[in-house]
Amino acid sequence: MLYDLFIAPFTEFEFMRRALAGSVALAVGAGPIGVFLMLRRMSLVGDAMAHAILPGAAIGFLLSGLSLFAMTAGGLIAGFVVAFAAGLIARMTELKEDASLAAFYLISLALGVTIVSMKGTNIDLLHVLFGTVLALDDQTLMLIAVNATITLIVLAVIYRPLVVECVDPGFLRSVSGAGGPAHLAFLALVVVNLVSGFHALGTLLAVGIMMLPAAVARFWARDITAMIFTAAATGCVAGYAGLLLSFHAGLPSGPAIILVAGVLYAVSVTFGRVGGLLRQLFPGRHLEA
Amino acid sequence: MTAQLRFRDVTLGYDRHPAVHHLDGAVESGALLAVIGPNGAGKSTLFKGIVGALKPLAGDIERGGLTARDIAYLPQIAEIDRTFPINVYDMVSMGLWRRAGLFGGIDRKGRDAIAEALAAVGLAGFDRRSISTLSGGQMQRMLFARLLLQDARVIVLDEPFNAIDAKTSADLFDLIRRWHSEKRTVLATLHDIDFVRANFPEALLLAREPVAWGRTADVVTPENLLKARRLCEAFDDYASACAHQAA
Repeated sequence: MLYDLFIAPFTEFEFMRRALAGSVALAVGAGPIGVFLMLRRMSLVGDAMAHAILPGAAIGFLLSGLSLFAMTAGGLIAGFVVAFAAGLIARMTELKEDASLAAFYLISLALGVTIVSMKGTNIDLLHVLFGTVLALDDQTLMLIAVNATITLIVLAVIYRPLVVECVDPGFLRSVSGAGGPAHLAFLALVVVNLVSGFHALGTLLAVGIMMLPAAVARFWARDITAMIFTAAATGCVAGYAGLLLSFHAGLPSGPAIILVAGVLYAVSVTFGRVGGLLRQLFPGRHLEA
Repeated sequence: MTAQLRFRDVTLGYDRHPAVHHLDGAVESGALLAVIGPNGAGKSTLFKGIVGALKPLAGDIERGGLTARDIAYLPQIAEIDRTFPINVYDMVSMGLWRRAGLFGGIDRKGRDAIAEALAAVGLAGFDRRSISTLSGGQMQRMLFARLLLQDARVIVLDEPFNAIDAKTSADLFDLIRRWHSEKRTVLATLHDIDFVRANFPEALLLAREPVAWGRTADVVTPENLLKARRLCEAFDDYASACAHQAA
């Protein structure tokens, strides 16, 4: 019974196994990125950037249909252009990064949807907007896995300047010039993970597997290391439970994954050990010292 | 004595408006210099120039063979994100950056140094405390511990005792005295003139223009202070290009 409920869908159906592998790889890469986005107060930047990827992927689609390579390349190029332009503008002018990205948000979405509609059907449009986690082919799965691996390696390399720049940017500037390059590398990782997420969950939900686990982690962990692990684990759980939910209840799988992450978020907001609602409402008696 | 810092006709400012105007002079190696002056006199701007955070509009700053990154700097308004999930120990250990760099580990010696620095500022036992739980004074103590670890030849402190109680100020000043006895060069901006008189051998009175620079007793006179206040007018949006250079 329990076996049928929790394990059988994955042993019996290959597309479920692929979907699970894809979701786990995605969560492991995107979770830590989400934590840094959140701590750098760039949560909305991720959202804006996910939309910025759309026109690029759509142009790839326009040129060669639903081809992994064309859409990935298009998405990466568009994402990098926007990320680096916005990053440079934010570093060199007074305009804050979120402000310069906000403009891209709607323009990109409108442009992307228009381009896809020019050639494709409504099914294609749904595919682009919400992804196809149940139809991941070998190439796509490999792409997501490679991206996750790159993410973890690069994150390890730039970890120290990234953390110090979050806590005390002035100090980092006074001891090292690594802040700028680390920031740009980080933005590149955001794009790479959003492109991964784009294939599995689509433009609109790719950010979900990045930001929701990070937000969950904030309610359970007090230091950044624990936060990163919590976020990655939360993403994995959401992927697994979401796929099961979609399998048994016949729901679309991408939204089901994000919905599960949403439920975990709601639970964390309520019961979270670090600053959760219940903790704040009923803190218990104050301590001796 | 050799000059640790030498200013050659340095003008520093923002958008071409000078905040420090034509500063000439040298800070001897091992000096303990108080930089004083009214608000808006250019004290912080001068420090930003010294640590390389601001490029001079004119003139240059020589650092006696050091680079800007060798100078330890405590900014007036630290841009520290106090909500960031990091503990006191990790925060202080950043002071070892020059030794550890991007990838280096912190060895036994480094860990001992961190423990020592925490003890020296009176934060022993705070290692695992999250920085969000620190009071203003404890925060400043923690930043001093980090400065200790930076082990720099030149230390620049912008308003180190602002909004800090007397006990904390006294404790932290002991560290400054220790740096001075170790022949490090220390520059600090302060507003407490009596404290400067009692504790700093040398002072620079700034009011955009340098008003006086030398032995504290000669600098901190009623006439000089009055002059400084008069000089320190708001900056003029319609000021014309400075003719000083041409003359």
